[in-house]
Amino acid sequence: MAISVDAPEKSRDLAQQQGYTFPLLCDSNVEAIRRYDLVHAGAGEGGRDISRPAEFLIDSTGTVRWVHLTENYWVRARPEEILEVSKLLK
Amino acid sequence: MKRINWPLWLGFLLSVVTFFSYFAVFVWYPITRDFPWANLLLFALSAVLLFLGVRRAFSGDRRRSKIAAAIVATLGVVVIAFFLFAFFVGGRMLPASKGAPQVGQKAPDFSLNDTDGKAVSLNELLTTPINGAPPKGVLLVFYRGYW
Repeated sequence: MAISVDAPEKSRDLAQQQGYTFPLLCDSNVEAIRRYDLVHAGAGEGGRDISRPAEFLIDSTGTVRWVHLTENYWVRARPEEILEVSKLLK
Repeated sequence: MKRINWPLWLGFLLSVVTFFSYFAVFVWYPITRDFPWANLLLFALSAVLLFLGVRRAFSGDRRRSKIAAAIVATLGVVVIAFFLFAFFVGGRMLPASKGAPQVGQKAPDFSLNDTDGKAVSLNELLTTPINGAPPKGVLLVFYRGYW
């Protein structure tokens, strides 16, 4: 699932446009983003706090199995990379 | 008759087109997205054209052509510099995130609303069966958002 500070309507449009079927969660108050220490202070529209890009693979016991924190936000994890690491899940 | 300084204008046009081409075209292909080599090549070509255009204007004796060439070439260089800065410097301005959950640690639980306003928690996603089978895990993707 994907998390951002976007409003639910914005995320709904995105999911419809792109055909996403996974949940898009709305973290307007940067609660989960803060708990995961991913706050990119003032980087949003009008100096609003947003999330930095980050990907976590969590197994069924709730344990983190893989983390990707990009060094450059133009460069993100690729789908092939995620399919490869998803083999870590039994 | 006044002749158009085509290397100058072509160079400027190419710098602008190259700037937008990253977002319109090259961002869709992993090979040109993660490192913008296609844009760098096109920017290099536009820089050469701008240089040729400036040289051409300054080899003549028309003062207005020289001023125009200097302005257009500067604008072209600004476009190129802006892209390079945004990609190689701006893109790296990210928080350290030293407190982010690491491999082997428990992922902190949270509950957020989905696009239908329904609360969804991480624990719930990890335990709710999918097609009758327990889920193997969850991929969490935090993204900057589109605002």
